[in-house]
Amino acid sequence: MSTKLNVLKHVMVPDHKIMSEEEVSALLSHYNITTEQLPKIFHDDPAVKTIGANVDDVIRIVRMSHTAGRAEAYRLVIKRPKK
Amino acid sequence: MPLAEKFDKKIEAADLPKKTKDQLHKFLDDKEITDSQFRLILERVLKEYLSTRIEACEAVGVIAAQSIGEPGTQMTMRTFHYAGVAEINVTLGLPRLIEIMDARKEPSTPTMTVYLEEEFCNDRDRAREVSWQIEAAPLHEFGDITTDMENMHVIVHLNTKVCDKRKIAPAEIMETAPRKIRDRRHYRDFEHDVNEETATIIFSPKNKESYQNLFQLAEHVRNVIVQGIDDILRVVVRKETGEYILYTEGSNIKDVFDVVGVDTTRTRTNNISEIASVLGIEAARNAIIHEAVSTLNEQGILVDVRHIMLVSDMMCMEGEVKQIGRHGIAGEKESVLSRAAFEVTVNHLLDAAVANEVDELSGVTENVIVGQPIQLGTGDVKLIAVRQHDN
Repeated sequence: MSTKLNVLKHVMVPDHKIMSEEEVSALLSHYNITTEQLPKIFHDDPAVKTIGANVDDVIRIVRMSHTAGRAEAYRLVIKRPKK
Repeated sequence: MPLAEKFDKKIEAADLPKKTKDQLHKFLDDKEITDSQFRLILERVLKEYLSTRIEACEAVGVIAAQSIGEPGTQMTMRTFHYAGVAEINVTLGLPRLIEIMDARKEPSTPTMTVYLEEEFCNDRDRAREVSWQIEAAPLHEFGDITTDMENMHVIVHLNTKVCDKRKIAPAEIMETAPRKIRDRRHYRDFEHDVNEETATIIFSPKNKESYQNLFQLAEHVRNVIVQGIDDILRVVVRKETGEYILYTEGSNIKDVFDVVGVDTTRTRTNNISEIASVLGIEAARNAIIHEAVSTLNEQGILVDVRHIMLVSDMMCMEGEVKQIGRHGIAGEKESVLSRAAFEVTVNHLLDAAVANEVDELSGVTENVIVGQPIQLGTGDVKLIAVRQHDN
């Protein structure tokens, strides 16, 4: 068995970082939105589990963009709804 | 001469995308420019960048739909393509594009591209070793299977040479074979007996009355997978860009990641829902873009990535991959009229009436239906005239 898989190392997985409270409020006031309006990510997403984020955290994702070279995106961690 | 530091800082501070900054750097790198020239260049670049940005209230979704839809009409209806020269068959063209947009749980031809770690990727034999660990191999490839009708036995003589070549111990096969017949093939009406020294396994059915049971058992024994990953039917080793890469028919990224020698940073599959569950939603977003772009480009159709990125963003918005269509994005719109305008009109209107739903008329479709100005382009701007008081 190889060492435990680190999903963040995979080329298809961009950088995930938990944002601090100040960063989140700056982000929300900049776009004039609430956290509910952000795209979502489930709490059991492999990348979320790896960085150890909890429900209601906001995650900053730094993507390698095809057009801009580098692009930031934000996702709110939510609980996976039961089927 | 490298670019002066003061220019460097100014470029970094400018409100430009990274790619534009890099291009500007590269362009200015070996040129002698004065301060005023630099200021003018930066000013023009900024102006050009702002003028190429999408404007507020532009209907990007409609443009994306048209930009993907029109070339889509020129795609081949049904194509099968052999990936590279390796004889692995993958669905391409329009059926594949539909598959991606529908977010199917499993593509019709799942396939993986397995990259290998450094010690394995330069040596054909070592690459082959990894492939043995991945390719599903039934028991009959490892020895002779005979059916003894007199004593009601199925006897397996393992060929130790084959076992050695495939890097698997006969003892391991003797352990996995009966277990897998029970667990994977759900056939339990048999007993087995192993002889370590002669490397033989003897299976006998519990019900010795009928030959049917014996033949059924023999079939299970022949086809039970004793090495490799059950979902991966075939593996082809190919040398590409200086390293050996494995192409597989069938996909199971979770188990492949556990195989020693597999590069877990580059290995990929065309099964998007598998990527979403193993690598996460962001990886799925990238996979959708990659799959859609390569499907379109393979057909010689060039669609700007921005359109595909938009589609992919919409599909991955809610934390899981949602299909485009009435069970996904279009079916979860807030507005009743907008949903009814798409598909199954009567059902939506009926359900909305029963649930006493209210339409806020905030979107585009519903306002078109009721004949109001829509909130797009100039429709979104409200002009207020402020009277000038000249004295």
